[in-house]
Amino acid sequence: MSTEPPGFELVPDTDGQATLVLSGNWTQGQPPLDFAVLRSDIYAASVHQLMINGAQLDLWDSRLMAFLLQCHNYCQAENIEFRTLDLPGGAEKLLKVATAVKTHERPEPQADSWLQSLNPAGLLKEALEHLTGSLEFIGEVTIALTRLMVGKANTRIVDFKAFCYQAGPEAFAIISLTSVLVGMILAYLGAVQLSQFGAEIYVADLVVIGTLREMGALMTAVVMAGRTGAAYAAQLGTMQTNEEIDAIATMGISPIEFLVVPRMLALVAMMPLLTIYADLLGMVGGGIVAGGMGITPLQYISQSETAMSFTHLSVGLIKSVVFATLIAIAGCRSGINSGRSSAAVGQAATEAVVTAIVYLIVADAAINIIFQQIGI
Amino acid sequence: MQADSKAHIEIRGLTMAYGSFVIQRDLNFDVNRGDIFVIMGGSGCGKSTLLKHMLGLISPAAGDILYNGESFVNASADKKQEMRQCWGITYQSGGLFSAMSLAENIALPLQLYTDYSDNETAEIVAYKLALVGLAGYQEYYPSEISGGMRKRAALARAIALDPEILFFDEPSAGLDPISSRLLDELIVEMQESLGATVVMVTHELPSIFDIASNSVYLDANSRTMIGYGDPKHLRDHSDQAVVRQFLARGITAPGDEEKGEQAHE
Repeated sequence: MSTEPPGFELVPDTDGQATLVLSGNWTQGQPPLDFAVLRSDIYAASVHQLMINGAQLDLWDSRLMAFLLQCHNYCQAENIEFRTLDLPGGAEKLLKVATAVKTHERPEPQADSWLQSLNPAGLLKEALEHLTGSLEFIGEVTIALTRLMVGKANTRIVDFKAFCYQAGPEAFAIISLTSVLVGMILAYLGAVQLSQFGAEIYVADLVVIGTLREMGALMTAVVMAGRTGAAYAAQLGTMQTNEEIDAIATMGISPIEFLVVPRMLALVAMMPLLTIYADLLGMVGGGIVAGGMGITPLQYISQSETAMSFTHLSVGLIKSVVFATLIAIAGCRSGINSGRSSAAVGQAATEAVVTAIVYLIVADAAINIIFQQIGI
Repeated sequence: MQADSKAHIEIRGLTMAYGSFVIQRDLNFDVNRGDIFVIMGGSGCGKSTLLKHMLGLISPAAGDILYNGESFVNASADKKQEMRQCWGITYQSGGLFSAMSLAENIALPLQLYTDYSDNETAEIVAYKLALVGLAGYQEYYPSEISGGMRKRAALARAIALDPEILFFDEPSAGLDPISSRLLDELIVEMQESLGATVVMVTHELPSIFDIASNSVYLDANSRTMIGYGDPKHLRDHSDQAVVRQFLARGITAPGDEEKGEQAHE
């Protein structure tokens, strides 16, 4: 008997009463049953009282309960009286528990069509909100920095040192790798073109100027955005989840002073140093490729010397300070504004990296245009 | 199911340690089928660690844990997974996946381990949510509901596969007295109607006396169990003053102190 498949039969009685006879083995692994069939049967019989008879039931599990709950809810919606007879004790009790609380009706969310989401006014408003949000955050950071300068800020020097270590020495390995390779890429790029004019020696100029002014700072910034910016967002996001930020705020400490300022200052302090390091290694990378093209190290060095100037170096360093600020702002802002769940922390980290890289590219273009105009 | 009165879970000579730091040693007790079994003890005595050992999240330093007479500690990884399918677990803060809606959370074990169609899965999810009083909350995300609701949703996920054993880590921590009592009632209802064995870590006295049928007391000082039995009985008749004090919230009859100290020696 225990292998008998589950079944139900609707037996209509007189004057709108009906009995639903359940039989067989209602467990997982048995052939499925369709509630829709029963619903149309009940509808066709125009029942106003439904009696559930479970006397012929064999084994049962959640499958029976899910079915009974559907019956119950349907009857409730259609104003049909619902009664049970001879249900197994456990099932009776479970049904009572399951039907004790009324079904929650979720308030209808405003159904936006996809066209609506393309509304230019809406998009503009969103972009503006994001921008004002960023500006507000920059404003708060500026206030905190001012307070730091007059010595009133709750910024701990210990934190600053720890973040310097994280953002500086710990990043050496990855920066070494990327900058040597970028130097080599630059040299290859120039070598092919310059060799057409027999001007291979100018590869040194290309690498030196390209690295000092542009690639050293930019590549370091991209790496740091992925490495440190994301870490800041994840740290602050997790602190938000753990209510640590609330605790800091209620202690009367500004989270910006306590959390954002040391991170930002550490990055601003470390980035120019990392950039100089990246510049050096980039030039070494270029030298390796130049050596392969028949330029002696001495030639490469002396040609580099003529190309190098303090202006080029400082352009790169100015950029690195701007980039560091932007990465720290993007990372910390995403972290502080993060939601309080693990999914939200992940989103915050992603947002931090994406925003930082967009900021970097835009800022780099803007700085280049300005320097071009003023002739640096 | 309940007719078989044999021990459902047996702990045999279990020693728990982090490295060389021993947390509890020589634990020996049985959890009988259909029990609501409470693991209690002061903060830091290793209650949650014991639960993690029972769940196989940490391997014991020595000893064995048996389910239905079969060793869990020495089982192969596949066998362990098979045994775990008969368990439902709710973690201290719920352990719901925050990137999934409640319906998806509960449907996940059903999709992994049963052959229900999508329609049936949805019906069963609706039923499980109704059981914990969350009917209609299918599309909500864990971050959109309150802490008490999250605990109940976690319970719904734990009972998705009609488990034989339900584990709870501090089910009523952080809940108001009414929600906590409702959750207790729910646990009892589940236990009675599913015939499951319940193992819970808690130090909520009202809930211990209301629902527990058996218990073990872990002591942080002597680093072993110093009480085993019905908590009401332990409160009045335990030969250890610490246990009586714990269960009476520190209010003890005069003379108890000395007796307790002697017992410790």
